Amino acid sequence: MGEITYIDAIREAQHELLSSDERVFIYGQDVGDFGGAFKATQGLKKLFPDRVLDSPISEDAMIGLAVGAALEGMRPIIEMQFADFSSVGFNQIVNQAATQFYRTGVPSPITVRLPSGGTPGSGPFHSQMMESVYAYYPGLVILTPATVADAYSMLIESVALDDPVLYFEHKFLYRWLKADQLKDGKDPLPIGHARVVRAGKHATVVAYSAMVHEALRAADLLASEGWEIEVVDLRSVKPLDTDTVIASVARTGRLLAVGEAFPWGGVTAEVVSRVTSDGFHLLDAPPQRLNSRDTPVPYHPNLWEAHRPTLESIAAAIRNLLQL
Amino acid sequence: MVVARTLESKLASLYKAGKIVGGVYIGPGQEAISASIGSCLSWDHDIFSALIRDQAGRTAFGEPMLDATRSYLGSVKGPSRGRDGNIHRGRPNNGLPAMISHLGAMVSVVAGMLLARRIKGCLDGVVGAASVGDGASSTGSFHEAMNTAAVEKLPLVVVLTNNQFAYSTPNDRQFACKSLVDRAVGYGVPGYEVDGTDLSATLRVISEAVSNAREGGGPQLVVANALRLSGHGEHDDASYVPEKLRNSPVGRDCMEVAEQQLLSTGLITDAELLEWKKEAAEEVQAAVAQAQKEPAPDPFADDWAVYASTEIAPVS
Repeated sequence: MGEITYIDAIREAQHELLSSDERVFIYGQDVGDFGGAFKATQGLKKLFPDRVLDSPISEDAMIGLAVGAALEGMRPIIEMQFADFSSVGFNQIVNQAATQFYRTGVPSPITVRLPSGGTPGSGPFHSQMMESVYAYYPGLVILTPATVADAYSMLIESVALDDPVLYFEHKFLYRWLKADQLKDGKDPLPIGHARVVRAGKHATVVAYSAMVHEALRAADLLASEGWEIEVVDLRSVKPLDTDTVIASVARTGRLLAVGEAFPWGGVTAEVVSRVTSDGFHLLDAPPQRLNSRDTPVPYHPNLWEAHRPTLESIAAAIRNLLQL
Repeated sequence: MVVARTLESKLASLYKAGKIVGGVYIGPGQEAISASIGSCLSWDHDIFSALIRDQAGRTAFGEPMLDATRSYLGSVKGPSRGRDGNIHRGRPNNGLPAMISHLGAMVSVVAGMLLARRIKGCLDGVVGAASVGDGASSTGSFHEAMNTAAVEKLPLVVVLTNNQFAYSTPNDRQFACKSLVDRAVGYGVPGYEVDGTDLSATLRVISEAVSNAREGGGPQLVVANALRLSGHGEHDDASYVPEKLRNSPVGRDCMEVAEQQLLSTGLITDAELLEWKKEAAEEVQAAVAQAQKEPAPDPFADDWAVYASTEIAPVS
C-alpha cells in the first residue's frame, strides 16, 4: 500500500480538470478556501479563484445552476457535502438534468460528486447510499469507483462525458484506501465496464464501491477454507455491465450480489434480475443478494456494523450460497 | 400581444375540437406582462425562461411561431420532436431554456446560464429573465434560486405574475405577506410592484428592472398583478374565480387596456390595429396548417437516445 489515498485521487482529478479545461468549475458548500468538508478541494480555490465557488446551503439551486451552466457549454462539478443531502436537489437531478438531452437535444454535462456510505458514528443522515435511487431515472450515468485509480480516472471521464454523471465516492475509502500511484499503469477501463478483481471458480460476488473491499476480504477468508471466489467490481452501476457479470456466472454457476444500500430493489436486485433473465441456464443455485438492513442507518458503531454487509456477513452469505 | 392572443385562441379551439393531445395552457390577461419581458430582451444574446403563460413573451423574445404549433400539434419537426409538448418547449442554445413542470425550478437554471457567462467573460450587457407566478413563489426552489442569484449578484430579472390563483388556490391560501414584493427585502434585491393589466406601466417597470440588471444592479424582483382570464388549462372552467374579482380592476383585460392606450395616445389607428389582427390571424393560420401537415413522431424512427454521449448510448 502506498501513500496516495482515494480522496487524494479525487482532489488530483479535480486539479487536473481545472488545469486542463477552462469549462470546468467547482461549486458546492464550503469548497472554497475551506477546501471542502472532506478536503477534496483543498488548495484549489487559491489556484483557480474564479472557478471554485462556495454555494449557499441550497442543493436544489446548486443543481439547477449547474444545468444552466452546462447548457452554456461549461462542465460544472457540484460537490454535495453528503450524498444524503442530494435529496433536496432530487428534483433538479431527475427532472431537470436527466431529461434535458432527451427533451431538447441539448446535453447537460454536469458531474455531481456525492460523498456516500457509512462511517462509524455518522448516523441516518450522513451515511446513505443513494445510487439505486438515481439509477432508476433514465438519462443519468451512475458511477461508484472502488479504487484509487478508478476514483481518479472515472472523475476525469465523468467530466468528459456529455451527460449528467452522479459520481458516488465512498467516505469510508477516503483515507483508508491507499495506492502507490494515481494511475495503476493500465489504460483505464471505459465507463460502463465492470472489472473482475479476483478470479475464482466456485461463486461470483458482484459488488461496487466500498463493498468491493469487504467482498475481497471475504474471498480471502473463504480461500483459507478452500473456496475460490470470483469478485466483480461493477464500477458503474448505470450503465450496468451485464456481460461481464454473466460471463463470470458462466464460470462459477453461483451469484451473490452485495450492496451497502437499503435492500428494497436497487442495484443488487437489478443484477440478480438480469442474471436470472439472461443467464438462468448458467445458475447452479438461486442467486442471492446481501444489502444493508431495511432501517435507517444507525448511529452507534455496534449497530452500524450489524446494519451493513461486512466481511463476516458476506463470508456467511457465500458459505450459504455454496451449500444451496 | 395580438399575436399571442390570436395564437392561443386558436390553440384553445383546436383543443376543444380534439386536435391537441395533452393540455393547452394559455395566458389571456397576462400578455402585457409577458410581452414586456420578451420585448426587453434580445434573442441569442439574453436569456428568457418562459413559463406556462408566456406565449406573448416567447413571441416578443423571438421564438418562431412554428415551435408553438409544432409542439402542440405533435409534429416531429417541433423542438422536442414529440418527446415533450406544449409549453415545455425551448431552445436552450438561443437563450430560451425549456421549462420543467416543477415550479420555481427554472430560476436557478437561468442563474447558472448567467454564471457560466460570467466565468467565460461574456456576461457584459446580458440579462437573464425568469417568469414565475404566485404559486411558484411558495416553493423552496424559488427561494434557493433567488438567494443564490442575490449572493452571486447576477443580472437576473424575476418577473412574478400574481394572477391571483395557483390552479384553484387563491392568494390567501398561498402566502401571508401583504405583497409578494415584500420578499425582495429578504433577498436583498430591489423590488417593484406594478399593475400588470396596464401595458404602459408594466413595460416601464420591467424595462427599468432589466436596465438596472444590465447595468450591474444584480437581481431584480418585479411583482405584476393581474387576473388569469382563463382556466389553469383549457380543461378548467375557472368557476372558482369570484365574479367580484373578475369585475375588479385586477380583472381588467390587458389587451383592451393596451388598445385604448395605443389608440388614445395616437400611437396607432383603428385601421392599423385591425391590420395587426388580420396579419396575426394569417400568421397563426399558416403556422397551424404547416404543423398539421407534418408527420407525427414515429416510434420506430425515433432513436430513443437518452444519452448524448455515444460511448454510453449502446449500453443498456
